[in-house]
Amino acid sequence: MVTLGGIGFTAPWLLLGLIALPILWLLLRAVPPAPIRRRFPGVALLLGLQDDETQSDKTPWWLLLLRTLAIAAVIIGFAGPVLNPEPEHDGDGPLLVVIDGTWADARDWPRRMARLDGLLAEASRSGRTASVVMLTDLPVEGVPFQAADAWRQRLPSLTPQPWSPDPEGLALWADTLPEDGFETYWMSDGLAYPWRDDLLGALEAQGGVTVFTSPQPVTALRPAQFEGGTIQLSGVRIGAGAPDVTVNAHGLDPAGTPRTLATARLIFGDGSGEVEVEMSLPPELRNRVTRFEIAGLRSAGAVSLTDDALRRREVALISGAGAREGLQLLAPTHYLEQALAPTSDLIDGTISDILLANPDVMVLADVAALPANEAEALEDWVEAGGLLVRFAGPRLAASDLSRAEEDPLMPVRLRAGGRTVGGAMSWGEPKTLRAFDAGTPFFGLEVPQEVVVSAQVMAQPDPTLADRVIASLADGTPLVTRKPLGEGQVVLFHVTANAEWSTLPLSVLFVQMMERLAISTRPADPSAEDLAGTTWAPDQVLTAFGAVEEAGTLPGVAGEVLAEGALGPDLMPGLYAGEDRRIAVNVVRSDTVLEAAAWPDRIPVEGLAIAPERALKRLLLSGALALLFIDIIASLWLAGRLTGPRSGVAAALALALMLPGGQADAQAQDIEDFALSATNEVVLAHVITGDAQLDEMAQAGLRGLSNILYRRTSVEPDTPVAVDLEMDELVFFPFLYWPVTPDQPLPSAEAYARLNRFLRTGGMILFDTRDADAAAFGSASPNGRKLQQLAAPLDIPPLEPIPSDHVLTRTFYLLQDFPGRHASRDVWVEAAPPDAELVEGMPFRNLNDNVTPVVIGGNDWAAAWATDASGNRMYPVGRGFAGERQREIAYRFGVNLVMHVLTGNYKSDQVHVPALLDRLGQ
Amino acid sequence: MTEPARLRQGAEDLAAPLPPLLAAAEHLASTVLLGRHGRRRSGIGDEFWQYRPSIPGDEARMIDWRRSARSDAHFVREKEWQAAQSVLIWLDRAQSMEFASAKTLPPKCERAATLALALSVLLVRGGERVGLTDLAMPPRSGELQLMRLAATLSEDPEDADFGAPETRGMLAQSRAVFLSDFLGEFEPVERALTKAADKGVKGALLQVLDPQEEAFPFDGRTIFESMGGGMRHETMKAGDLRSRYLDRLAARKAALTDLARATGWQYSTHHTDSSASSALLWLYAAMEHDH
Repeated sequence: MVTLGGIGFTAPWLLLGLIALPILWLLLRAVPPAPIRRRFPGVALLLGLQDDETQSDKTPWWLLLLRTLAIAAVIIGFAGPVLNPEPEHDGDGPLLVVIDGTWADARDWPRRMARLDGLLAEASRSGRTASVVMLTDLPVEGVPFQAADAWRQRLPSLTPQPWSPDPEGLALWADTLPEDGFETYWMSDGLAYPWRDDLLGALEAQGGVTVFTSPQPVTALRPAQFEGGTIQLSGVRIGAGAPDVTVNAHGLDPAGTPRTLATARLIFGDGSGEVEVEMSLPPELRNRVTRFEIAGLRSAGAVSLTDDALRRREVALISGAGAREGLQLLAPTHYLEQALAPTSDLIDGTISDILLANPDVMVLADVAALPANEAEALEDWVEAGGLLVRFAGPRLAASDLSRAEEDPLMPVRLRAGGRTVGGAMSWGEPKTLRAFDAGTPFFGLEVPQEVVVSAQVMAQPDPTLADRVIASLADGTPLVTRKPLGEGQVVLFHVTANAEWSTLPLSVLFVQMMERLAISTRPADPSAEDLAGTTWAPDQVLTAFGAVEEAGTLPGVAGEVLAEGALGPDLMPGLYAGEDRRIAVNVVRSDTVLEAAAWPDRIPVEGLAIAPERALKRLLLSGALALLFIDIIASLWLAGRLTGPRSGVAAALALALMLPGGQADAQAQDIEDFALSATNEVVLAHVITGDAQLDEMAQAGLRGLSNILYRRTSVEPDTPVAVDLEMDELVFFPFLYWPVTPDQPLPSAEAYARLNRFLRTGGMILFDTRDADAAAFGSASPNGRKLQQLAAPLDIPPLEPIPSDHVLTRTFYLLQDFPGRHASRDVWVEAAPPDAELVEGMPFRNLNDNVTPVVIGGNDWAAAWATDASGNRMYPVGRGFAGERQREIAYRFGVNLVMHVLTGNYKSDQVHVPALLDRLGQ
Repeated sequence: MTEPARLRQGAEDLAAPLPPLLAAAEHLASTVLLGRHGRRRSGIGDEFWQYRPSIPGDEARMIDWRRSARSDAHFVREKEWQAAQSVLIWLDRAQSMEFASAKTLPPKCERAATLALALSVLLVRGGERVGLTDLAMPPRSGELQLMRLAATLSEDPEDADFGAPETRGMLAQSRAVFLSDFLGEFEPVERALTKAADKGVKGALLQVLDPQEEAFPFDGRTIFESMGGGMRHETMKAGDLRSRYLDRLAARKAALTDLARATGWQYSTHHTDSSASSALLWLYAAMEHDH
């Protein structure tokens, strides 16, 4: 590379082309612009006229300059100019390249490799041997110097490791360095380590050391903490960079697809530092988060895996007894709520609702009888891995549940009545608990002496009973029993969940038992004692680039190693699964301190102070292109093509080239105008069918109906709107009139999505097949068949012919017929619910509680409604007075319809007024 | 193909351009109110002119007895002299008339043909005889003559770049109308008009020009070619020629005006971008002009 005043050229010999510029100048100067040929009858008058001057023979100097500049820019551009070119390294003797190879290197690994490749290529050219040593993956001994080309071929297989170098291994390796002297080029990850100085000393003893540090900042994300209902995220950054970074929370969505569930921004400002941000997620979403990740950063430090510590189990509490007012402390679930609320998310509701939320644990406190379908659903849920915890109580004791035969949702059979010990009317003392046996989940918990049981339900002695007891009283009667069911399990506490039958809920043991049963979440960080003697299988591991990979066949890790947390080949960062929980091991821990590496002044440091290389080729070539474009316009102007006849084409072309865009704004403006015009007033709308005549009729029909509404009711609609289903938003309209023609196109999937949303949010579509005189509403007519096609993807409830007590018959006018231009009685609306019954004393049934989403008929209402702009009827209806009467009824139907859309079942509710008054009077 | 069918085919091809041209001309003619076109003197005709007292020598059958019964004198009923006048039209059908500077503008020949035929419609309605100045179409009256005129006027243009007026068929003491752009050589025009004046023919010159020919909106290096390609002129800076071209055009117009004045003709200029009916009105008035 040749450098000229701070600008380097990759192909400097191309600059010789600049010599040709003066020749080009002369050539261009001599060639006049090409003439235009024009047919012109007046040429006879021109014959013999001479040009005043021959100046126009030559191209004007400024045009020449323009062209010359353009050519010069092209030549210089292709010569490959580079601003701030990187200096080249010369030297002799072996070259050692030391790479830290940690997770902090991964953020710009390809660039480092490119730099390294350049270095090795240079070394190869000057015939030096070289070696590449990655500190996280040290060679066994010494430095393997080889031909630089050999190392270049091995570069692609170098990958950084997600851990830091091992100081002891480094010290050992430093002792084996060859003594014959070499130059060192150290690619540092920019972080300070305690072993840096020692290694630097050892390397300097052999020759010069140059350090490369990337100017990019090192950003790391600490593990997320869950505090006070929000997730605390904190990030650390060294070096200047973008003012803020985005943190994405990744996880599986309900469909099992990995996606970004939430984002937060860490505002670093313009410098280094440590910032925190809170992220508040609903429990359902929070439990799905598998990792947090700084967007756009490929580094293990920017990824933080989450484990059970962040998960909060969802526990559903269901009690059999209705809440007894004022007896909160006696409520069956009070102590459960107290014990679980700090560490889990509690849900309440009906069983069928709760099962939809798929909780982790369901607690039934003294619930005896379950409806068959709920019991079945509950059983399915347990078999799919749910944990069902039941507490006994008076209801359970009194019921026949699991009496003769074991209920699937009970771990044991129960004897009738239970027993009471130590009460006023019974012998004996209240019983204490026996110490927990090994092998039960409660093993190791201390049994407080004050916990006594005064009443319980008794298990029937069965062959399987002994296996299912996990806690018992001092006299050996089972207190807690458990049985597996499918992948889940059912646990029964033989006492109540409140303090009526025992003092267990009052003690700390209750909370610990909940924890052991994995009902509540455990503390975040397991201690070393907890982990001692356990083995943890890696589930997922994290690469230095921050990618999460399946662990495959990696060996298990002892709990002690996990507790120590020193990352290395033995303990990869990742997610480790134990017996009943998972632990995340992250590269950056909550106590990790990042510090920028400080190098002694004698060491030359590259990469920080040097401005980055900037290739100017693109800039120059686009500049040349711009100049040539100006040249086009100037030439056109000179040749008279911009001002003369037919200049419009050239000018328009030039303008079109210069002014791209501008259309999108106009479109956005259109959409906004449309929304405004549709929402300033009530606006009736009809669907554009593509048949111009029909669309005009629909428009005229709605105009006529709008006028009638304006005159007769308090609804004052604006001019009706034609709606293009493919383009326009529908939510603004309460009512759509959709005339059906056999040849209209089917709307697209997006349009159907919009239509369904429109229907679900209370909109109404009036389908009009307009063929009631030809086909008495059925699929016999082409319009009817088309209607079936059109409506098939729509979300339409069951329909029925309009019943005589439908609210449409009385929303404004009292009607029994709904004629348009035809007078067929076949008009279909949403079917009444099957249980709608005529109440004694009421004139009509109380039908659907909302607006019918569709009204389907074939009476060609728009034709009957249609008026032109001055209010004259446009289409004949019937004959004579009877026809006018029919038109009037058609208008009344329209008014009723719009009233129904706008007021819903208000008129239905009115029927209750006499009854209400009657009751108030008493 | 049978003989009659081929004949019919040929006839249909021939007749195809006629209706549009005739329709356009009729449409244009309908904008002019037919005014008086009598000779304003007594003579042979259909229209009543005046009652005059009878003078000795009048035949008895000439006396209008109904008028005479109302007074003591005898009156003779005279009719207006309605002699049919022959109007001969020369339409320049050279290549230069094919020019139209924009798609929205009609070619000059089309406008000129429409004007000529519209004038013919008016004249035929007024009872005059209309023909062309070449020998092919002697003046006749009647609708059939209009059909013949339309057929001739919609023929293909000639090969010559510029046309020269044809005077062979010109009848003495008739009227004539020359429609051309008069951009070609001036001498033939001068000769034709002098000859016409010798024959006692009066008439009108209508110069039909395209707006571009009036404006000369050109610039830059340009090669101008005549419509037939027979004539060309190259310039380096068309913009510089504008004033001189316009001077020459003005001189041509002045020469035409002078020539018309000297021979008793009338001269006007019409542009294809202006209304055709005003030109027709001028032509019609020029024909009505009393000498």
